[in-house]
Amino acid sequence: MTGINQEVSLGMPQLPAPGYPAEVRARLEADAKEVIARYPGSRSALLPLLHLVQSEEGYVSRTGMAFCAELLDLTTAEVNAVATFYTMYRRRPSGDYQVGVCTNTLCAVMGGDAIFDRLKDHLGVGNDETTEDGKVTLQHIECNAACDFAPVVMVNWEFFDNQTPESATELVDDLIAGRTVEPTRGAPLCTYKDTARILAGFPDERPGAVEATGGAGPASLIGLKLAKGEVPHARVVAPRGESPRDEPHKGAEHLSSHDAPEKTSASDPDHPSGPVAEEGK
Amino acid sequence: MTLAAELDKNGTSPDKLLAPVLSAFWDEPESWTLETYRRHDGYEGLRKALAMSPDDLIAYVKDSGLRGRGGAGFPTGMKWQFIPQGDGKPHYLVVNADESEPGTCKDIPLLFANPHSLIEGMVIACYAIRSSHAFIYLRGEVVPVLRRLHEAVREAYEAGYLGKNILASGLDLELTVHAGAGAYICGEETALLDSLEGRRGQPRLRPPFPAVAGLYACPTVVNNVESIASVPAILHRGKDWFRSMGSEKSPGFTLYSLSGHVTSPGQYEAPLGITLRQLLDMSGGMRAGHRLKFWTPGGSSTPMFTEEHLDVPLDYEGVGAAGSMLGTKALQCFDETTCVVRAVTRWTEFYAHESCGKCTPCREGTYWLVQLLRDIEAGRGQMSDLDKLNDIADNINGKSFCALGDGAASPIFSSLKYFREEYEQHITGQGCPFDPAKSTVWADDKNAHRGVNA
Repeated sequence: MTGINQEVSLGMPQLPAPGYPAEVRARLEADAKEVIARYPGSRSALLPLLHLVQSEEGYVSRTGMAFCAELLDLTTAEVNAVATFYTMYRRRPSGDYQVGVCTNTLCAVMGGDAIFDRLKDHLGVGNDETTEDGKVTLQHIECNAACDFAPVVMVNWEFFDNQTPESATELVDDLIAGRTVEPTRGAPLCTYKDTARILAGFPDERPGAVEATGGAGPASLIGLKLAKGEVPHARVVAPRGESPRDEPHKGAEHLSSHDAPEKTSASDPDHPSGPVAEEGK
Repeated sequence: MTLAAELDKNGTSPDKLLAPVLSAFWDEPESWTLETYRRHDGYEGLRKALAMSPDDLIAYVKDSGLRGRGGAGFPTGMKWQFIPQGDGKPHYLVVNADESEPGTCKDIPLLFANPHSLIEGMVIACYAIRSSHAFIYLRGEVVPVLRRLHEAVREAYEAGYLGKNILASGLDLELTVHAGAGAYICGEETALLDSLEGRRGQPRLRPPFPAVAGLYACPTVVNNVESIASVPAILHRGKDWFRSMGSEKSPGFTLYSLSGHVTSPGQYEAPLGITLRQLLDMSGGMRAGHRLKFWTPGGSSTPMFTEEHLDVPLDYEGVGAAGSMLGTKALQCFDETTCVVRAVTRWTEFYAHESCGKCTPCREGTYWLVQLLRDIEAGRGQMSDLDKLNDIADNINGKSFCALGDGAASPIFSSLKYFREEYEQHITGQGCPFDPAKSTVWADDKNAHRGVNA
């Protein structure tokens, strides 16, 4: 239980949150003014400012909320109401790496549930809990617009596509051991605080961050390659670290085959769902 | 024989059925840069637009027949036309890039691979509606896309496509990229506006519509990413070219996102009206040895379909006539290993989690749907629960404040319609007859590690 909760349990009104140290305050204030200047109405800067204070402490603290309120001329209650509405704002200190496993229907069915269960066992934590070393916070997340790469895991909101329980455990082991981890789509991982700064609207200035992992992911290119008469690359459940892009696809073979598909027990051309791929096992 | 010729024997030649426009150069190295975009006629549509009067431009986009790609299918040009002119107020364009509808995955890859198509479309739209400040509201959980948008906007300013006196036209435009903070409801356009104003993302009562009182109570156009990104190509290649694809009422090209138990999940850009059967035929069908059981035409909020709907033309009218909605063209396909009760329960948990709490039917209704569904899935349900599910869904549908509630009711109604027996099996058999391990991606992989789902 955190200190804040203990205070609440006493039924006593909270004292005003302490301010930031002067140096931190000066730095954040300069950043905040830059953010506020982007909007015709200052209150529009609230979501970015909450990302900004999260980039300082790794979560949205009472100090951070008081800072936002002061700069935008809002009450702390107004800021608190917003900060608690959105799921990306953490309400207590959490890990350097937020590992989010998509368990919305499609990813869950394709293996997300199994991945999430495996990670809970492996890390010994539950949903929204952090490992004792403070490295990894595990969460189940909602659909992250990457269903053609299912099952999907996000770490600090970078894409780790086509995961398996094995690849995901290897991933968290690497994070805990401090080994370099690279997403399938996105830049080499930075900490959650650094990620929050990008979300506040400050571009990632690390060299190579924008171009990291190249253009569209393999699934995004399938229709284009088909239209161009190229053999489609396809879903490959590749272990993390190996690019799935260069691997030939099982289904691709029959598409480019000169021979008509063989009928098998699993292939019934009259079935309303159309042909199934013919290399049934 | 080439691949295309091989498939053409069945009338399913991908080069005839597909029409990559927005995705045409995603396979180029550094497809997201301004240089690549320009090599593919980037910002040529803008030049044509700036040569027209704003009113003519609105009429042109209206004549093209472009309809919103975010789900509702409202004509884009008409939305622009609703903005009152000469009212002395600032006008705003807000692009809805809060792509979060379960199954939907088109705008995120589009912005990752080709962000300039959106920026060019935004400059064109702002010229048409006389706006000098535009926003992209991007969901926060996609930092790789945010990086590319930051970079693309920087490039566009540097090249004079944004900022003061764009291409010497006299048009000034500021573009702000705004990252959300995790809330599905912010995809609803009025909730998005509240969120962009720094508030909890809760929908507003309409009227007044955003075209009259939107951002900061000023006239505002809210458009989906794909709608706006489609505009430059319409200007550059002409409305007749655009109308040569699709149907009279649903013209043009669009991104279809195939996912789930299919051989080749991914993005397929095609004229409106292609069918799921055609898409599956050209892409290797369902995964080996399995059959389609149910699918969504446009995300979880659109009533589900079964294999009897494989030949439904995937355009606004075709899908509507078959009892669902085109939505976001998120074709989530599930095979016979998938428990429909499990799928619907999970979607319903999502709606309950994302309900903003503003209106009672949605807030309370989604909560009770989850309680009932969890019981049924776990084998603790009663037969009377099925009618109760229908009842509660009926009390949400059309009676909630915004479309989130209607979306929550869709999977309930449609699954009970097509798979009531499966619900009953859970009740009479006191448990789920399906093995979730068989639905996983790796279930049929003989080399996969066994016991993964133990």
